[in-house]
Amino acid sequence: MLGLKFSDFALFMLVVLCVALAPILLNPFPASSELAQFNAGYPDLLQRFVIFGVFAVGFNILFGLTGYLSFGHAAFLGIGSYAAIWMMKLLTMNVIPAIILSVIVAGVFSLLVGYISLRRSGIYFSILTLAFAEMSYALAYSVLTPITGGETGLQPKLSDPRILDAELSAGESPAANLFGIGMRDSYIVNFGDWVFTFNAGYYIAGLFLLVAFYLSIRIFRSPFGTMLRAVKSNQNRMSYTGLNTKPYTLAAFVISGMYAGLAGGLLVAMDSQVGPERMFWTASGEVVLMTILGGAGTLIGPVLGAGAIKYMENILSKINETVLKGWFEFLPDAASEWVVLFLNMFTGKSWHLTLGLIFMLVVIFLPGGLVEGGQRIARLFGIGKKRNQTVESDSAASK
Amino acid sequence: MEAIILQILDGLNKGSAYALIALGLTLIFGTLGVVNFAHGALFMIGAFCAVTISRVLSISQIVLDETRTDFLGKPLQVKVPYVDQWFGPEMGQLIVDWSVPISLLVTIPIMIIIGITMERGLIKHFYKRPHADQILVTFGLAIVLGEVIKYFYGANPVPTPAPSAFVGSLDVGVLIGLDPFTVVYPYWRLIYFGFAAIIITAVFAFLQFTTFGMVVRAGMQDRETVGLLGINIDRKFTIMFAIAACVAGVAGAMYAPINAPNYNMGMDFLVLSFVVVVVGGMGSLGGAVLSGFLLGILQSLASMTEVIDIAPGINQVIIYLVAIIVLLTRPRGLMGRRGVMED
Amino acid sequence: MSTILSVTDVSKRFGGLQALDVKKFDVTEGTVHGIIGPNGAGKSTFLNCLIGKLIPDTGTVNFNGKSVLGLKPHEINQAGVSRVFQTPEIFSDLTILENVMIPSLAHRDGAFKVNWWPRLDTDSEIRNHAISTLEDIGLADKMHNHAGAMSRGDKRRLEMAMCLSQSPKLLLLDEPTAGMSRADTNATIDLLKGLSKSHGLTKVIIEHDMHVVFSLCDRISVLAQGQIIAEGTPDEIRGNPKVQEAYLGGVEV
Repeated sequence: MLGLKFSDFALFMLVVLCVALAPILLNPFPASSELAQFNAGYPDLLQRFVIFGVFAVGFNILFGLTGYLSFGHAAFLGIGSYAAIWMMKLLTMNVIPAIILSVIVAGVFSLLVGYISLRRSGIYFSILTLAFAEMSYALAYSVLTPITGGETGLQPKLSDPRILDAELSAGESPAANLFGIGMRDSYIVNFGDWVFTFNAGYYIAGLFLLVAFYLSIRIFRSPFGTMLRAVKSNQNRMSYTGLNTKPYTLAAFVISGMYAGLAGGLLVAMDSQVGPERMFWTASGEVVLMTILGGAGTLIGPVLGAGAIKYMENILSKINETVLKGWFEFLPDAASEWVVLFLNMFTGKSWHLTLGLIFMLVVIFLPGGLVEGGQRIARLFGIGKKRNQTVESDSAASK
Repeated sequence: MEAIILQILDGLNKGSAYALIALGLTLIFGTLGVVNFAHGALFMIGAFCAVTISRVLSISQIVLDETRTDFLGKPLQVKVPYVDQWFGPEMGQLIVDWSVPISLLVTIPIMIIIGITMERGLIKHFYKRPHADQILVTFGLAIVLGEVIKYFYGANPVPTPAPSAFVGSLDVGVLIGLDPFTVVYPYWRLIYFGFAAIIITAVFAFLQFTTFGMVVRAGMQDRETVGLLGINIDRKFTIMFAIAACVAGVAGAMYAPINAPNYNMGMDFLVLSFVVVVVGGMGSLGGAVLSGFLLGILQSLASMTEVIDIAPGINQVIIYLVAIIVLLTRPRGLMGRRGVMED
Repeated sequence: MSTILSVTDVSKRFGGLQALDVKKFDVTEGTVHGIIGPNGAGKSTFLNCLIGKLIPDTGTVNFNGKSVLGLKPHEINQAGVSRVFQTPEIFSDLTILENVMIPSLAHRDGAFKVNWWPRLDTDSEIRNHAISTLEDIGLADKMHNHAGAMSRGDKRRLEMAMCLSQSPKLLLLDEPTAGMSRADTNATIDLLKGLSKSHGLTKVIIEHDMHVVFSLCDRISVLAQGQIIAEGTPDEIRGNPKVQEAYLGGVEV
């Protein structure tokens, strides 16, 4: 099915279903209920889920398969974004040319960075990629201001040439679209007390995630992917086995750079703006966190990790002191004050603390990330494979 | 000429901080084989020790001053630090004024305790895990420590003054025979440089002239053999970690007056310090110190207007540019050894 | 029988130490050639020079009539030289079957082919070849297990299977029985003897265990202080007083 073996096909279909139904699944609480703030089914957050999903899936092709830990992947995301916004300024507000160019530009740039960085391995590689990303960030901030807009970044303006688009009438602002379908167009369904928003931009980005995810499954299961895993496992043996490892790792680097570029292009397609902070090393660190949290080297892990971190960032950070006070009103005054004070360390502006703790716990106890956690739970209930050494039962499943 | 001297002084000053952090990183990496991404956080905690002490010392009691009256004719309420009451106004003022150097007395034991706790509680379990895991878990720890500090001290930088005796600048130019007021440099920054030099010398002397240091140096060469010789290497590791934490902590505490500390400073310094360590060569103490000062000076020289005019933006990227060039021409950094951290 | 590997005047210095100085070393096609010598004689250095891990300071190394001196390890492997390491070098995170599929893949796609669309597990050509190699070596029943979880002996057999799956012209074995019990050693000897019969490939074996060397090899070279001090059939070597003095130290063999 689709050239995938059954277990992969099932996983892919599950992801298709989740992406299609996310606006409903992630909005489980009625709009009027107190729990509505935990709903994640609004367009802005949903778009972020899938876009950072693309970014993490791409990062996983490099880190999960080859074991090369890049600390500068945000540079490709940023460069993709700049490429996309220039397409929107010069050519058209249609997102297709913007996304295509962002992938190409990020690919070319990652070829350059990868060619140099991959001459070293281990932490030396990490530092080289970090150095390139920090240089890009610093230059985007300062010298390259004519191209990048410096600190303020870039947005499409009325005065931009946009040679393919029709003249905008007065009062109209340039809006990103796909052949007329606006990225902000939404179809709102009221079902009882529930409000579901089906957003065009989300579904377009979701489609890109599905394609990206499908391609990553193909890569993982292909001879190319297997050889990358072999490079990760034992690079020495690989070269004595007749493989010139460098072009392979470089190819993986460029592919993951193009994924990052695609994510950057999609970000611009959704919110039509870009600033240099997208290339800062914290952004590179974030994608590392996503991939590890979800489970590096697994197919679905990076998507889960991206979702988990973006959910925390958006939902946890909204729980401020007032909200907490509301929750613990039922407690005696003194007790509620202490509880609020304590919980406030982990929510609101301090949500990074929770992120850091969860991340540490995952690295310490679940090196395989959330995916390994899920497998352990499944095993606990006797579902799935028994705990023997068998990794793949592919002989039966391949038909 | 004057401008260059000024920039070199500035570079030595920046380089001092880089070198101190890089030294600690290298000690931990060389002996324990652990890549500690939380080392910047230790630097930051040191700085906040200084902040805390200067706050604690100026905790005041509100007393009524009978000699003065406010606009209603009542005795004026004034804040008097407790130390003033205990040691008398003059001594008290002196203690408050010298809070940053005094804080070192507290920083050292605190950093030792934090270092031991970290090593016993967390790092110990990661000796046998891959480097990537070590990087990631300490990265997580760095986030946590940063956020805890942010929770208690807020996100804004907290200015912490140096003793008033060192406020102001020294006319360095006159000392080396230039015209007055051409090369003027703040006292405290000069002191920081001297302080860094003392710490670095002390660490090297400690490693060179004590039995403990000998074992540690041997351990940096060949960890397994030293373990096989029946030396309790675990204990030594813990002490090494505590020392490295201490170096980072006092470096941070003394840095507080130069740059008002905020919760993020650890990460900012860490990224640069890692570049410094790698340029110096992983596992080489001399390399770490050398490249710390080298990169500090290069960064300062690159921010001269004359240089920026020729190569715009060079001040922003010089460190990374140098790092890339060094790593490509000298695979193991300036003074690195073969086989360290290449897998 | 033609000469498959011909080495002349290969030398290598490490600082002040002359680690290797081999005037002439030839291996005839289809034979098993043993290299023995005391510790530090330069056996491993010599092997490393052959596979491109080290580049000799001087000399020529011709394989199959072509010079392989200065080629990268993967190029030398592509030319037909495979090596079994002293400590088994396998892909411990992958399954046994994948371990054996990769060497053939590397030979098929090795030049650089990002072969990312087809599925590896449906690649029957590579897969069947790997399975038949595993059957030869007796690991076929465990082929879906993780390679890292195997015993040391099995790992070494797996590594041999990996090398054999490439159908090399020359197989280099670095102490294939090091650290093995007598029973395992004998099993390995039988395995290697069996391979010689069925595959007829040329082998160079470095070995400490005289029992192994004398029962397997057609010719033996003795290396001492980086130089070849004697070469001949097992019987000639056994009777050579120079060898006994330098290496065997008078111990009866």
